[in-house]
Amino acid sequence: MRRIWLLLFTIGLPLFLIAPALMKLPRSSPNLTAPSVEALPQSGVSNPVTAVLLNYRGYDTLLEVGVLLLVVIAVWSLQESRWRELDASEQRPLLMPFLRLIMPVLVLVSGYLLWIGSSRPGGAFQGGAMIGGAMVMLISAGLSRRFSTSERRVRAGLVVGLTVFMVASVTTLLWSGHILCYRQNSASSWILAIEVAAQISIGVTLGALFLGGRPRTLSPERPKLEVNRD
Amino acid sequence: MTEIALILYLLAGGLLFVIGFYGVWAPQELLRRILGLNIMGSGVFLVFIAIAAQTRDPIPDPVPHAMVLTGIVVSVCGTGLALALVARIYSMTRDESEERQQ
Repeated sequence: MRRIWLLLFTIGLPLFLIAPALMKLPRSSPNLTAPSVEALPQSGVSNPVTAVLLNYRGYDTLLEVGVLLLVVIAVWSLQESRWRELDASEQRPLLMPFLRLIMPVLVLVSGYLLWIGSSRPGGAFQGGAMIGGAMVMLISAGLSRRFSTSERRVRAGLVVGLTVFMVASVTTLLWSGHILCYRQNSASSWILAIEVAAQISIGVTLGALFLGGRPRTLSPERPKLEVNRD
Repeated sequence: MTEIALILYLLAGGLLFVIGFYGVWAPQELLRRILGLNIMGSGVFLVFIAIAAQTRDPIPDPVPHAMVLTGIVVSVCGTGLALALVARIYSMTRDESEERQQ
C-alpha cells in the first residue's frame, strides 16, 4: 500500500504537473541563435557553443571552474584516499603495456578535442573528460601513488584553470572595464589560454574526485591506513 | 525539429525527471538516491536540448547547449562530493557498529 502511494506521489503527480507544462511551451520561443551567430566573427572562435562558454557568458564558466576547485577541496578534506598502490608482483601482465600504449593516445586525443573546440563540437570540457578518464584508468590500475609522490604538481594542476581564468578576468577588467570582455584581435588567444588551463584543471579535478580523498601521506611515522576492511 | 520529435524529446525528459524523483525518495540506500538525482538532472538536460532545437534557424540555439555543458560538469562534481560523503558516512557508521559488537 505504501508503495502505491509512493509511486503516485513521486511519479504520477509530478508527471501530471510537468507534462502539460512541457507541452505548453511556446513553439517559437525567443532564442539567442541569431545574435550569437551574428557576433561570431568578433568572438575569436567559430563554434557558437565555445563562443557562449568562453566569450559571451565567460562569467558562468569562471564560476564553474571555481566550483570544480571547491568540490575537490571538500572531498580532500573529508578523508584520505583508500585506493591501494599495487606492487609490481600484483600488477597484471597485460594491463601495464596496454596503459603505456593508451595513455599517450588519450592525451593526444584530449589535445585534439581542445583544438577542434574552436570550430566544431569539442573543447575544454570534452578534452578534460578524456584526461579524467585516463586518470581513472591509472588509479584503478593501482598507480595512485603518483598522486602522493607528485602531490605538489597535482595541486598546481587543480588550481591552474581558475588562476588563468582570474588573470584573464582582471586583465580584461583593467583593459576594457568589463570582466572577460576581450579585444577582438586578442580574443582567440585569451580563449585558447583559458581553455588549455581549464582543461588541465578539469582533467586533474575528475581524477582527484575519483581518488575519493586526499592523496595518502607517504611519511613513515604516520600509521598505515587499513585498506581491506572486510 | 518536427513537432512529433519535439514532443517525444520533451516527454522523455519529463519522464526521466520523475523516474529520478522516484529514485530519490523511494530507496533507503544513499547510493541509489544519488543515482536518482543524476537521472533527474539528465531529464532536465534533455528538455534543455529539445528547447534549443526549437528554432527556425538551421543551427540550434547555442546558449542552452552551453548551459547543459556547464550543468553536466557541475552535476559530475556534485556526484563526486556526494559519493565521498557517502563513503565517509559508511566508514564512520560501520566503525561504530563494529565497536558495539566487541
